[in-house]
Amino acid sequence: MGFERFGSKSFTSQAKVSEFVDYLDKGELAYTKCRTCSQAYFPPRADCANCLGNDMEWIAFEGNGKIVTFTHTMYAPTGFEADAPYTIVVVELDGLKVLGRMNKEVPVDTLSVGMPVKVEIVKLPDGQVTYEFLPA
Amino acid sequence: MPKDVAIVGVGQSAFVRGYPGSIRELAFEAFREAMQDAAITVKDVGASVVCSAPEYDKQRTPSGLIAEYLGLIPQPTFIVENVCSSSTSGIRVAYSLIKAGLHDVVVVLGFQKMSEITSQDSQERMGRGADIMFESPFGTLMPAYYAMHARGHFAKYGTTEEDLALIRVKAASYGVLNEKAVYRKAVTLEQAMEAGPVCSPLKVFDCCANADGASCVILASADKAKEISKEPVYILGLGAASAPMNVTGRNTFSGLDCAKLAAKEAYEMAGVGPQDIDVAEVHDCFTIAEMMAYEALGFAEPGKGPELIRNRETYKEGKIPVNVDGGLLSKGHPIGATGGSQVRTIVLQLRNKAGAIQVPGAEIGLVHNIGGVGIYGNVIIFGR
Repeated sequence: MGFERFGSKSFTSQAKVSEFVDYLDKGELAYTKCRTCSQAYFPPRADCANCLGNDMEWIAFEGNGKIVTFTHTMYAPTGFEADAPYTIVVVELDGLKVLGRMNKEVPVDTLSVGMPVKVEIVKLPDGQVTYEFLPA
Repeated sequence: MPKDVAIVGVGQSAFVRGYPGSIRELAFEAFREAMQDAAITVKDVGASVVCSAPEYDKQRTPSGLIAEYLGLIPQPTFIVENVCSSSTSGIRVAYSLIKAGLHDVVVVLGFQKMSEITSQDSQERMGRGADIMFESPFGTLMPAYYAMHARGHFAKYGTTEEDLALIRVKAASYGVLNEKAVYRKAVTLEQAMEAGPVCSPLKVFDCCANADGASCVILASADKAKEISKEPVYILGLGAASAPMNVTGRNTFSGLDCAKLAAKEAYEMAGVGPQDIDVAEVHDCFTIAEMMAYEALGFAEPGKGPELIRNRETYKEGKIPVNVDGGLLSKGHPIGATGGSQVRTIVLQLRNKAGAIQVPGAEIGLVHNIGGVGIYGNVIIFGR
């Protein structure tokens, strides 16, 4: 239980990695790292594809990242219509890549590939929790 | 160069918006054309592979229904789903069935009736063709993913929006000639550049349209093909690969690794290289997808794709004609039917029966069909 609280609209109710949501509640974006072989994963995984182990530790991202790529969408799928337009971005953070949205107030024409950004946890009025990026 | 399996029949319905019939009737249009082309009867068919992305269908397990309507009962039938690359994956399965000796003749039928649901719902389903735990909750959608690859290509190589627009102008110039295409109007560079934004940097004319349609490809063993067909077209090589569905697992946003791997495998199996290809059909669901295909297939060095289109080298008269049937950009993209339609175009080219879009003397052709945003890649090489 618990994963249905991730994002403005979640498509998954149960996941072994629902601690991800607990970290968001604490104000942190976290990834998992295999204690056996040290492989790090974002999105977080309960199982290691590298050594087949399942002894994972949770680590919160630290510091700033940089934009790998982004797009400003004028259209939204069903369930997200009220959000459009919005900017989807892929960010490199602590050697891993993370997909999310830019903060809505950030004009898209101020963005560029390689630009430094920081992550911010967002608690939505309906109890959902997510994260977004802002210029660092 | 293996010549164990041949294409002996091809067919395609018109690709349209709002097909005025049911999925079984839509499938039959492509099947009838392919069976008449192959000049065989249902008794000659050993099995059928039905290809569709079933989230568009209200019909559950459509293979049984479609096979029944086509008259292909009691032969075995099953569905192959690989989203946009479903029907070339179906061809890969049919090739294996024939090469293994289980069947002599296999029908691959791809279809999609996308108009059964709204465009928004369609985007929602496509969005769920990404990682539903960690990507879909952000409201991701297909054009956004390809747009992020366009941004990646622009940033790495200096490619421009105009380079992409030139690809649409080419596609539209051939769409005008294709009676089975959903979009049959010419597009000028100015129109393409001034069109409204969809997902930056992609604009309206950078995107293909949803469509309803069906395709049918009939495969036979080489022995059977020689017996029943005057003009078999052989499969010389097949390549297939996959890449992480969640784009954060990708190494690059300037190309699709699954396409590069599939191309390498197909070229090696066929014993040919990019310079040997006379005509190609590539998966241009978006203009950037065709640009990345030029480079994945080796028609251009990485980053040099824009020069190909600027120099009109991918037009019919150019060094390597690409999508001279109008491509997905003009034909429309009925998910499960798309790969079969690409194969049909190449088979007609290699038979020298492609009419106004015939590439003179075409002997070796290539199909590049991608599922999702580079999750699945299929490349197939054909020869006479």
